[in-house]
Order: sequence, then structure tokens, then C-alpha cells
Amino acid sequence: MSATLTAAAPTANNLGNALEIRGLVKEYAAGKPVLKGIDLSVAAEGITAIIGPSGTGKSTLLRCINRLVEPTRGEIRLRGTELTGLRGKELRLARRRIGMVFQEYNLVERLTVMENVLSGRLGYVPLWRAWLRKYPEADIQRAFMLLDAVGLPEHATRRADALSGGQRQRVGIARALMQRPEILLADEPTSSLDPRTAVEVLELLARLTAAENVPVIINIHNVELAKRYARRIVGMSGGSVIFDGPPEDLRTHHLQAIYGGEDWL
Amino acid sequence: MSATSAPPSSADAARRVAFAPNWPMRLALLALAAYAVWASSQLGLSWGRLAHGLGEGGQLLGRMVPPNFERWGLLLEGLLESLQIAVLASAVGIALSLPLGVLAARNLSPWWISGPVRAVIAVCRSLHYVIVAILFVKAIGFGALAGTAALVVASIGFIAKLFAEAIEEISMKQVEAIRATGAGVMKVLAYAVLPQVASRFIGFCLYQLDSNLRNSTLVGIVGAGGIGGTLFAAFKRFDYDFVAAILLAIIALIFLAEIISGRVRAALR
Repeated sequence: MSATLTAAAPTANNLGNALEIRGLVKEYAAGKPVLKGIDLSVAAEGITAIIGPSGTGKSTLLRCINRLVEPTRGEIRLRGTELTGLRGKELRLARRRIGMVFQEYNLVERLTVMENVLSGRLGYVPLWRAWLRKYPEADIQRAFMLLDAVGLPEHATRRADALSGGQRQRVGIARALMQRPEILLADEPTSSLDPRTAVEVLELLARLTAAENVPVIINIHNVELAKRYARRIVGMSGGSVIFDGPPEDLRTHHLQAIYGGEDWL
Repeated sequence: MSATSAPPSSADAARRVAFAPNWPMRLALLALAAYAVWASSQLGLSWGRLAHGLGEGGQLLGRMVPPNFERWGLLLEGLLESLQIAVLASAVGIALSLPLGVLAARNLSPWWISGPVRAVIAVCRSLHYVIVAILFVKAIGFGALAGTAALVVASIGFIAKLFAEAIEEISMKQVEAIRATGAGVMKVLAYAVLPQVASRFIGFCLYQLDSNLRNSTLVGIVGAGGIGGTLFAAFKRFDYDFVAAILLAIIALIFLAEIISGRVRAALR
């Protein structure tokens, strides 16, 4: 099945999905796979939440997609483009199509909010424009639009390290959307935030990505939030997918299988 | 010795020691004192020799006062040449150290690049700059070019290493985020690396300029240009009053540089 998929040109079914992952394996040490053959198709819209205990490879899975981590085996296709094995310029051109939001925001602390947002265009603008901060007018307009959208209209010239956690993650979302990504990866985007801010940031992420038709894969620890915002839940345990379905199908016995034990429920 | 089972009697308490005698340290200090006495007898250092030396020193001081600024033109020319050597060597040294520091940083460069570059930097560090200046004088001839080249080498050995260490301490999370946008190496440097290290880099550069200014007054002694040559000539001609004038001028120049770089540092904070 997967062999025919590899050989054939993208079919209509493939084009319907933003992302196709087949047989993805990652071994940090040989013979000890963290990901044990993941198969996952992600639709071209909506939020897919990945839940699972710490250390089960959720973060590795996301980082394999934009190749911050090098997959050991398997295929990852972004709208028909095979991502594994890309090098140099081709890899950079693929990465700019994939936005990423990080648990600890990963803003460049000593740059301004505007510089951080515009850094989402680094995959598009020539080097001299990046160095001299001479971004095209359209990019600057979009950056201001996104800052308004994430609720930070007055913060463009502030340094990123002057912001609160919630504000930083809002900038992180603006930076990712600045790329006009075809898919957005969010790695525990709310785990460093207080409960109220976490909901606000997730709400924002859901609203903006829906408005721009960007599908989202989100790693998240909070099962309740996952059920509230995702149209699909993927449960991982021990490097494999053991649940895949809509939130309403996720039952207690699934959670026991994903996280192990039952006392915590 | 059953202190744990029964409360110690007062006799036991008297026998306990709060601070154990450190016999290795006592022996080491004794050996050091003995070696100092033996070494000074070997070198012919005695109270008589010291008294004689102090007398000579007094005479020298006497001949240095008052300082003689009559040949101020010669003095100024030398000082300006030292200043030029220092500024030029700092500029070239910093310009070369920036790429070398990036290449030597083990978190950004693969080992087969960082290893050789670190070796080059270590070689630049290993020889004292006066020795390097002598080598350059022999290789490219007397004058300011040799002094400048020697101080460029010294600058690379010092700040390229500090640059590399500063880069190795940056947060890789910020680098990862910029890489994820599709940025190439040069854009990652501009947006994720330099912002994290820029203020420390400027501090290193100011320090190196200070230190090059000091060093540039000395390279002249081996014929590599600057005020050092004038100083050495004055010593050889026993013009001790002119020597005093040169020394005062050097001290004034260094003080001035300290004040200026201190102001710049404060303004950057």
C-alpha cells in the first residue's frame, strides 16, 4: 500500500491532505526508536491535537516534520513535496511553508517585537533586506495587521524580553503566521502559561488559523483543552499512535491506554 | 570512642579537635621558604646587593627629574604612530576575529571546522606578542607594519576565543526558531546569534583596543614602530630626563583611553 503511494504521483486523495506521514521512525540511539513507525494524514484544515505522556515522542514527531530533527526512516509529504532527504536551499524553501510555535516561545529576546514578527519572512526575503531590515512594504503591513490581530498593536518597537509570557506567545503565533504557512506546528504552546492565559492563547491560535485556512498540529498536555479546540485527537504512547479519532470518541479506557494507570483519572 | 552511643564526658571533649592539623600544607610552606632562601643565595641576592641597587635607583630617579619635553615633536610623532598601530591592529583584528569566532563555536560549526579554527586561534594566543613582533620584524622589515601585524595576531588570539565562548553560551532555542522559518546560515547569524552576543562583543572590542594601545607602546623596542623605539633609543643614550617625559606621556595616553572606553561602556549599558 505504502509502496504504491510512494511510486505514484500525488493522487486527488493526497492533495486533499496537507500532510502525509508514512512509516516514520526516529532513533536517537540505534535500535532504540523513539517513534516506531508513525502513519498519519492531516487534513488541509482544522486542529489536530496530539496527546500522550512526556517522552513519548510527540515533540520529536513535530520536529521531524520541519526537520529540526532528522528522521531515521519513513516519508513525510507536505502537499505532495517529500520532505525527508531535502538539503540546503530545498530544505529552507520547504521550512518556510511550515510555521512553528514553541513551548518557551523562542523569541529572539534582544530583538524588537516587530523584528521577531518579520523574522517569519526570512525564508522569503533576500539576505541584504534581512540584514538592513528593509522588508517589503507588504510584509510590514501584514506584520502590523498580525500584531493587531494578536492584540499587541502598541508593542511593535518594544524588545521581546520586556513582554509577559502570554504576550510572547502571541508574538510567536504572529511570527509563525507571517510565513503564510501551509501548516502550523505547535509544540506545547500553552504549557508555560497560566490556565487563563493558556485558554486565551489557544483561542487566538484557533481563530487566526481558521481565518487563514491553516491546518494545525498541536502537542498538548491538557486533554480538556485538546477536546475543546481540536476536531481530531491523536493519542500516542511509547512511540506509536494508539488512538485516532474525534474528541467525542475519546473514552476513559483510551486515556488509560495512553497515559497508563487509572488512579489519576 | 563510643561517642555515638553515650554522651561524651568532659575529658573526651577536651581530646576532640575542631580543626585537624594540615601537615601537607605546613610542609609545603616550609619547603617554599627553604627554596626562597636557597634561590636568593644562588642568584647572589643579599642585603648588600639590595642596598647597592636602591642607591643606583635613586641616582636614576634623580637624573629623570625634571622630565625633559624639549623634543616634544619626536615624542608626539612616536605616540601618534603607536596610536595608529593600536587602532589599525584592533580594527583588522576584530574584523578577522568575527568570522573566526563564529567558525570556532562548537554549537554552530561541525567539529571538522571548529577544531582547526580553534587550533589557529590557540597558536595566535600561545606566543607573546613581543616574540611575534620580532618574527614580523625579521620577516617583513622594521617599522609600523610589523608592529601592526603582531598586534593583529595578538588580537585574534584573544578576542576570537572570547567571541567563540560567548557564542557557545547563547540560547539554541532562539536559533532553532529562526532556522524553522527557513532562514539560511547568514540570516540565522544576523537574527538569532548576533543579537544575543552583540553587547558582549562590543565590550571585548573596547577591552582589546585598550590593551592594544598599551602593547603598541612596547613593540617599538624590537623595532616594530611606535613610541617604544624612541623610548629604547633614549635609554641607550642615557637621556633619562627624556625617558621620564616619554613615560609620563604614555601614562597620560593610557589614562585617557581608559576614561574614554569607560564612558563608552557606561553609555552602552
